Amino acid sequence: MELIFERSRAGRGNQVLPECDVPEYKLGGDMLRAEAPKLPEISEGDLSRHYAALARRCHGVCSGFYPLGSCTMKYNPKLNEKIAALPGWNNIHPLQPDETVQGCLEALTIAEKFLCEIFGFDGLSFQPAAGAHGEFTGLLLIKAYHHARGDFKRTKMIIPDAAHGTNPASATMCGFTTVTIPSNEYGMVDIEKLKEAVGDDTAGLMLTNPNTVGLFDRNILEITKIVHEAGGLCYYDGANLNAVMGVVRPGDMGFDVMHSNLHKTFSTPHGGGGPGSGPVACKDFLLPYLPTSVLGGSGNRPDSVGQVKAFFGNFNVVIKALTYILSLGAEGIREAAENAVLNANYMKTLLAPYYDMAYDSICMHEFVMTLEGLKKETGVTAIDVAKALLDEGIHPPTMYFPLIVHEALMIEPTETESKETMDEAAQVFIEIAKRARENAEDLHSAPHTTPIGRPDETRAARTPVVRYSFDA
Amino acid sequence: MSSYVPSTKDEKQQMLEAVGVKSYDELFADVPSEVFLKERLDLPVPLSELEVSRMMEAMAARNKVYGTILRGAGSYNHYIPSAVKDITSKEEFVTAYTPYQAEISQGILQSIFEYQTMICELTGMDVSNASVYDGAEAAAEAVAMTKERKRVKAFISATANPEYIATVKTYCFASDTELTVVPEKDGKTDLEAVKQLMGDDAACLYVQSPNFYGIFEDVEAIAEAVHAVGAKLIMGCNPIALGIMKTPRELGADIAVGEGQPLGMSMSFGGPYLGFMATTNALTRKLPGRIVGETVDARGDRAFVLTLQAREQHIRREKASSNICSNEALCALTAGVYMTVMGPKGLAQAANLCLSKAHYFASQLSAIDGVELKYSGEFFHEFVTEMPVASDKIVAALDAANILAGLPLEDGSILWCVTEMCTKEELDKAVEIIKEVCC
Repeated sequence: MELIFERSRAGRGNQVLPECDVPEYKLGGDMLRAEAPKLPEISEGDLSRHYAALARRCHGVCSGFYPLGSCTMKYNPKLNEKIAALPGWNNIHPLQPDETVQGCLEALTIAEKFLCEIFGFDGLSFQPAAGAHGEFTGLLLIKAYHHARGDFKRTKMIIPDAAHGTNPASATMCGFTTVTIPSNEYGMVDIEKLKEAVGDDTAGLMLTNPNTVGLFDRNILEITKIVHEAGGLCYYDGANLNAVMGVVRPGDMGFDVMHSNLHKTFSTPHGGGGPGSGPVACKDFLLPYLPTSVLGGSGNRPDSVGQVKAFFGNFNVVIKALTYILSLGAEGIREAAENAVLNANYMKTLLAPYYDMAYDSICMHEFVMTLEGLKKETGVTAIDVAKALLDEGIHPPTMYFPLIVHEALMIEPTETESKETMDEAAQVFIEIAKRARENAEDLHSAPHTTPIGRPDETRAARTPVVRYSFDA
Repeated sequence: MSSYVPSTKDEKQQMLEAVGVKSYDELFADVPSEVFLKERLDLPVPLSELEVSRMMEAMAARNKVYGTILRGAGSYNHYIPSAVKDITSKEEFVTAYTPYQAEISQGILQSIFEYQTMICELTGMDVSNASVYDGAEAAAEAVAMTKERKRVKAFISATANPEYIATVKTYCFASDTELTVVPEKDGKTDLEAVKQLMGDDAACLYVQSPNFYGIFEDVEAIAEAVHAVGAKLIMGCNPIALGIMKTPRELGADIAVGEGQPLGMSMSFGGPYLGFMATTNALTRKLPGRIVGETVDARGDRAFVLTLQAREQHIRREKASSNICSNEALCALTAGVYMTVMGPKGLAQAANLCLSKAHYFASQLSAIDGVELKYSGEFFHEFVTEMPVASDKIVAALDAANILAGLPLEDGSILWCVTEMCTKEELDKAVEIIKEVCC
């Protein structure tokens, strides 16, 4: 498809702004650019067609089933978008006087109260803009806490090998050394290995529960106790909260600080990779360290870790999450979690006769299949199955994650999918398993019906072309 | 119940039976009984769409939407062309995940590739990433890019936005990096201080131009001083100003970052915004975040993919260049659509309107007895005035006329911002009101 620059014609454009109604001011010529930026010159009609064509070349939640494990691709209610688009939120400057932003402050206060109730924590900051940003902020609270006690030797962050890649990356950004502990045969934290790992250099533990293989770690109270007894703090990666909200609370499991991905659990959309919102919540003893805003004057917190972005976070995303929580209420929050778990178990049950499951037990909101056996038998890999799903209008599950499961496909249907959607999807999966045994070659070359075939990723990385070249 | 769960009671029962459990509670058998919630959460009861709609609309109505906005300081009130909101509201763009599956994500990938190209055009740089969270965080990520084994000290100019300085401080606290704030002189970075403070252990200097006070810095001279000790210059820029101003590349910057909010995003009480980052080929592999690259598919056709992923957390884990995963893709799309609608002429027009109107307003204000421009440097669309009366009186008087005054600074001065949104009539009215308060 043509790039917007290739549709550009010199002299075209749109009359958006009026003539200048004050005397024109000119800067010195040496301050000005010699050549205008080569932005597209294109009429509104043609550019609208361009973006309509781009939209057709995407897969959104309403385009088809989207069981992308670990990402919680649930339906994004239209009401949330409608409310978030109100001028009463969007035309508000972040540094308006407090008395003129009572609505914004009320929304943030109520959202904080509701989320703290769901999390089991005492307070939070909305400043982090995404999950990884929340991890970074939360780990800084841990660092500040140890430093405030004059304890500078706690430099190690314990992270299970099944963790999201953001966990060790966030630990490094906060100056911690990552200590990786292996998972046991059930995909859970190996208690003995954890006991060996903790010590007086332990800053904390980062954990997702349910974990990245979709299982709830039943030893969670013992795990958090071991870390606390060693003087460390426990960080909860809230990426998988959708499985347990209203059923069990991270604060009650012994965690001290957490982030939540509002764009997953609370159904603010993912936007093709953001904007998200990753508020960080904590127990009362960590409240003094939460972020502030210098210009926004968000309270006097001399011990704050500082701020992690300008102003108060992705406010408009928080509005969507608040709208969602008001719609669900206490009953709906729990109902969402229960049905996310039921749907995952139902799909797992449908697929278990045809695909090897990494773990046999009851799963939470997602489950992991291993295609190692299928690969040995037929040569068909996880990526082949994923690409074959594209031809059937289904977004593939998360591939090759977590790293501890070979040829992994991680499926998370979410609670907003109906039984028949899952029945139909299961049939597609089963059909692909059959085709793997009958005509593996056809799967190696999938997809066949998508806007492009498999891209050459090696070429993209070896000879990077990361912008359009006007000279070519 | 409005949890958006489609399953009927019967279907739920069928599925429970298929799974082989009797109840939902049985699904959660691994949750220790001590912490399994037996009580309902202390949240309101579920509400209908109409009730939620009424409640949230009433809440939004408790905010004051000003007719005229003369405040900037990191969030700017610009005109958003109608096509922008319409295009960026398309369901496929709004709800998709990060484009891991390139075959069904070409729309998002191509839009990011186009955005990257436009950011390179604005900044004069070779490579742009797909976005980070906002301008402040972009500054902090850029500082992290420049650290080397023997270059461990970071510097930031005191004339940068205080929110940005605070953010960079936090990231430096995290990575145990020593950060020095370079003092200012007459509203600009003190060049002599730059030369004195920075040595061969310096990694970088962050300088913003136009700076927090709206003033253009002598970036070329600063770049020379920074490069003389072998450090990198990070320049914070205003994307609207880049429509007419010399590019960061021409001025000698190694990394250009900035707040993309002026490119079609609402002020939205501070977010979501867009951090843009661009640099030279030499620093490409240190750039954090997603980068989209062009390649070909199995059929030989043009295709776009996420590339250079060996930098990223999902591959490199603790050795990644950053932890960033979700960024601000929809905001990058917004910026791309905005720049497309405006084109090179429209963007230059927006910049010139800001420039002219700000200077008109500044000259009218300075004509009032006792009101003086605090700094002498050339400015873009923000400037600081000393006032003969307490700034809260001016803020209150303008507020009564539905005008949001400039931002009162700690020393009693006011930081004003004028964009293309203000008509001459509105500016004249503001001047009249201020004149009355002052005289």
